[in-house]
Amino acid sequence: MASVELQNLSHSYGRGEMRRQVLQGISLRIDPGEVVLLTGPSGCGKTTLLTLIGALRTVQSGQVTVLGHRLDGAGRRQRQQVRRGIGMIFQGHNLLRCLTAEQNVQMGADLLPGLGYRARRDEARQWLRSVGLEDQMGKLPHDLSGGQKQRVAIARALAAHPRLLLADEPTAALDGATGREVVELLRRLARDQSCAVLMVTHDPRILDVADRLLQMEDGCLLPAAQ
Amino acid sequence: MKTLWQGRRIPLSWLLLSRQPVRLLVALAGISFAGILMFMQLGFRDGLFDASVTVHRLFDADLVLISPRSASSVRMAGFPRRRLVQTLADPAVEGVSPVHWGLMLWRNPETRLNRAILALGFNPDDPFFVDPSLSEKTEVLKQKGRILFDQLSRPEFGPIAEWYREGRTVETEIAGNRIRVEGLVSLGTSFGADGNLLTSTETFLDLSPQKSRGAIEVGLIRLRPGADPQEVVQRLESRLPDDVKVLTKQGFIDFEKNYWKSGTSIGFIFTLGAAMGFVVGCVIVYQVLYTDVSDHLPEYATLMAMGYRLSHLLGVVVREGFYLAVMGYIPAYLAGEGLYWFVRDATRLPVGMDASRALTVGGMILVMCMLSSLLAMRRLVDADPAEIF
Repeated sequence: MASVELQNLSHSYGRGEMRRQVLQGISLRIDPGEVVLLTGPSGCGKTTLLTLIGALRTVQSGQVTVLGHRLDGAGRRQRQQVRRGIGMIFQGHNLLRCLTAEQNVQMGADLLPGLGYRARRDEARQWLRSVGLEDQMGKLPHDLSGGQKQRVAIARALAAHPRLLLADEPTAALDGATGREVVELLRRLARDQSCAVLMVTHDPRILDVADRLLQMEDGCLLPAAQ
Repeated sequence: MKTLWQGRRIPLSWLLLSRQPVRLLVALAGISFAGILMFMQLGFRDGLFDASVTVHRLFDADLVLISPRSASSVRMAGFPRRRLVQTLADPAVEGVSPVHWGLMLWRNPETRLNRAILALGFNPDDPFFVDPSLSEKTEVLKQKGRILFDQLSRPEFGPIAEWYREGRTVETEIAGNRIRVEGLVSLGTSFGADGNLLTSTETFLDLSPQKSRGAIEVGLIRLRPGADPQEVVQRLESRLPDDVKVLTKQGFIDFEKNYWKSGTSIGFIFTLGAAMGFVVGCVIVYQVLYTDVSDHLPEYATLMAMGYRLSHLLGVVVREGFYLAVMGYIPAYLAGEGLYWFVRDATRLPVGMDASRALTVGGMILVMCMLSSLLAMRRLVDADPAEIF
């Protein structure tokens, strides 16, 4: 079963005169364990595509199947359930400022059903260890560097055992070397979990980590890339 | 219990509050302030109502007869004295004692100005007082023209207590009759009476010649041990004519309190004051929670994107409100205790913390915080996880 399957997905913002088509007839398939990078000029609809796959937006037309759930016609509640299987990494790290690194990661682990508090905490610690932050566990995001924050965000996303990882320019706020490091870590950890990754990026230095490269322009996937 | 403990999560509400100590302090100061305001207003209100019945509490009676035309302690109407004697026919009645009760014009011996004072006339041989030391003092009243003066009376009646303590003979006039202060008692002022004096039935009637000798204002009844006061009230009510009303002692006290509660705007004014405290508290807590939610909106949206339910996040805000209520109540309670002590010391008003007021204010603070968190939640609905990418 594919992790993500899109058929003829279209999306538009606004109504009447102001209506603007952002996605047009997109079809796409991502398999488990696959790392897919999505590039394209800004405003071409990459982020909208990501939010639709991430079950954050209602599907307008076309078929969307994510982790075996049909998202077209899905209600708020169903989408929230699907989101539990998806890890998300944002451009800004979006960590909770009042929680320590460990607690932030545990917010992800807390979504796991049927695990006791201690098991979830150990889970969080283990993920922080695998992103190389075992000695920063008690620090607040404020006291961490940009790269460390992004690594905490990765640990948080993975702690919920996602089967699909969506990342929106995770390296945008990082320098070249750190960005490269973070993305490689992301790929390695995702592979271990056989978790599919869809990453939007502008960063030409990280394109080679991808199994497959997709290019978008004006709401369409470029056929050459498929 | 164990599974509950194992099922716990990161205490997000508590961390949101405690990791922003300045905001927390502002919120707690606001809640405590509102709480203190409520304690103050309700305390004054109840204290004033309690003060209005200090004189009523003096008497050690089980039942009280009054005229149905009596409206309050300052407007007591008379009823035939023989009604009181008639109650002796009931087997449960052990003894009775008549009391004359009314306002008189007291002349300040220093300024010679007249002012209304509440006078009680009773039988000095059998005064029915709760306080035995008071009963001992009444011995001197057997001589005509002698009175006991309440040293807590307002100073407008003259420096009676000082003069008396200096050993001077304190004499003044009531309705043209000479009277002498033969002792001091401590009762306290109320809404109706700026001062009190105690005297014998004989002296009382001399001082108010317009009153008929066969009429009294209050009849005290003492019951035999084991008698049920409620039962006797009903029996006497049915046996006696309609020109008297039979009350228990508590009923007599309530009768006076109710007059001041419902017949005047005093209760309303202080309740309004407490309501203001409530509103001020609501505004402060709402402000704090609203800014808190607004500041953390992207974080809440992130949690929603991660798969947390909206109801879970609403629970975070509700818990924040609950913690604020609990933490704000403690200093409010302590400050309330301190303030009551201060007020008792300064005004002699019988103000004290009682369980029902402590619960009322606690409940008000809880409602205040919950209401505010419900209002602040509306902001949370604006958290759109699709906007955070």
